Amino acid sequence: MPINYYLFLSLALFTIGMVGVLTRRNAIIIFMCIELMLNAVNLLLVAFSKMHYQAALEAGQLATQAGVEGQLFVFFIMVVAAAEVSVGLAIIVMMYRNIHSVDINFLNRLKH
Amino acid sequence: MSIVQILFWVLAVMALFSALMVITSKNPVYSVLWLIVTFFAISGHYILLNAQFLAVVNIIVYAGAIMVLFLFVIMLMNARQEGASGSKRWVTLAGTVSGGIFLLVLVAALKDSELKTRSAMVMDGQVGLIKVLGNELFTRYVIPFEISSILFLSAMVGAVVIGKKD
Repeated sequence: MPINYYLFLSLALFTIGMVGVLTRRNAIIIFMCIELMLNAVNLLLVAFSKMHYQAALEAGQLATQAGVEGQLFVFFIMVVAAAEVSVGLAIIVMMYRNIHSVDINFLNRLKH
Repeated sequence: MSIVQILFWVLAVMALFSALMVITSKNPVYSVLWLIVTFFAISGHYILLNAQFLAVVNIIVYAGAIMVLFLFVIMLMNARQEGASGSKRWVTLAGTVSGGIFLLVLVAALKDSELKTRSAMVMDGQVGLIKVLGNELFTRYVIPFEISSILFLSAMVGAVVIGKKD
């Protein structure tokens, strides 16, 4: 597959996530859009990893390790995302308990 | 069109459509369900790229764990409550326009880059297999791997401390 296809697919997914963050006002949905953007980046990292792997194969290195870093990066992004989600959802639950809403318009004063 | 291309386009359309449904659904529960569909489509892309380890991890961690966490939190609080103060029309318009401009700028910048001639290897390649990744993870990347366990521990403690009723 041409790498351009993956590039533009990831860009479109990232843009959809960005539009979601800009337009929605429910804090949970904004959080989900952030996950969507992270996944778009992950997809692009894997595609680039396979691009470098293919380039190394075509250069004649048979037992190559090229591109393995990209996939490990994706793994660590998933690790960080899981930790981030647990803390972020705890913050949202605490916020809901204090102001009984998850609408970010009620949060623009940084106090209750 | 070959089978790889058909699979790619089906998965791409599926991912984009469900991502659009995530941000347009009124009910947050539907958003979560569409996001799960998106994650499955992205996992399908990983399988197509022969990144088997990441495909499985994506399903287990994202579609399995993180999305269940989201569902629990949404169902703990009142689900559909955005109706009272839904997004204003001009906020939606401004967000969509700025997102479109962002996409336009990046596509215009990357359209004729040197990447045009490169391609990603699909349905083949050893680099995404568990053997290769695990070998690398426990030799060169063992320090970040162990540090990530400390990150998880601190996230767990932080979530408990923040979520604790006081």
